[in-house]
Amino acid sequence: MPWHDYLLPLLGGVLIGLASSLLLLLKGRVFGISGILSGVLVPNQGETAWRLAVLLGLVSAGAVLAVFYPSAFALEVSPSLSRYVAAGLLVGFGTTLGSGCTSGHGVCGMSRLSPRSIVATLIFMGAGILTVWLVRTMGGLS
Amino acid sequence: MKSLFAAFVPALLFGLGLGLGGMTLPQKVIGFLDVTGAWDPSLAFVMAGAVVVHMVSYRLIRKRPSPLLAPRFVIPTRRDLTPSLVAGSFIFGVGWGLGGFCPGPALVGTVSGNPAVLTFVASMIVGMYAHRLYEIFRSRTGSRHGN
Repeated sequence: MPWHDYLLPLLGGVLIGLASSLLLLLKGRVFGISGILSGVLVPNQGETAWRLAVLLGLVSAGAVLAVFYPSAFALEVSPSLSRYVAAGLLVGFGTTLGSGCTSGHGVCGMSRLSPRSIVATLIFMGAGILTVWLVRTMGGLS
Repeated sequence: MKSLFAAFVPALLFGLGLGLGGMTLPQKVIGFLDVTGAWDPSLAFVMAGAVVVHMVSYRLIRKRPSPLLAPRFVIPTRRDLTPSLVAGSFIFGVGWGLGGFCPGPALVGTVSGNPAVLTFVASMIVGMYAHRLYEIFRSRTGSRHGN
């Protein structure tokens, strides 16, 4: 793999790590996006405002990327929206049941060497790999 | 206001990191998970970069008695492996492999207006509510397994 193929991902990762640390330093919170999102779905005194600010920050990042780095949105997606309904339902249900996702367990939890997060990450990575393999073996979904 | 900014700015940086790193592209995610096929390992560098940086700074930050703009750290402390953790992670992984989106990148991607992203995000929110209903149902019927 040519070096420039992994330099930008590495840089992106460093930014993610720094951002997570910044939230921790400033607000004392873990940058677990599924937890942050599911937390705003239920009104909770003292818990909603900072979460909304995070969600707004993520969406704003999208706006910045759209202007300055539009290749971040050169999405190759399936024309079948039902695939994304299923995927969304599974991700929404699974992340709340499992108490985390790639940011919460994968980045923050693993950085703390949390056994729960290490196990969770291995499992969701494995499940993802299995699913991609299965879809491909079945001739690919549309 | 400063307090809200303190949540907004890290999130802006996080989102930029996701975009620069390639996480917003479902084809990159699926390529990363396509280990036995046309494997694209580049996203491994995103995780590696993030964990190395956060692992080091986490230790330094935790030496402080408290955060800068909040009274205390709110960090998960439980260490038990539960059926919910295992099942939830597996279900999440299937959804991730199916769509190529996880929560963060999908939220960042809403700005693109792409129907797949918007559908995913709406469904994800429904899925989160569904879990909440499931938890309420479980507590009402008195089942105490799992968790």
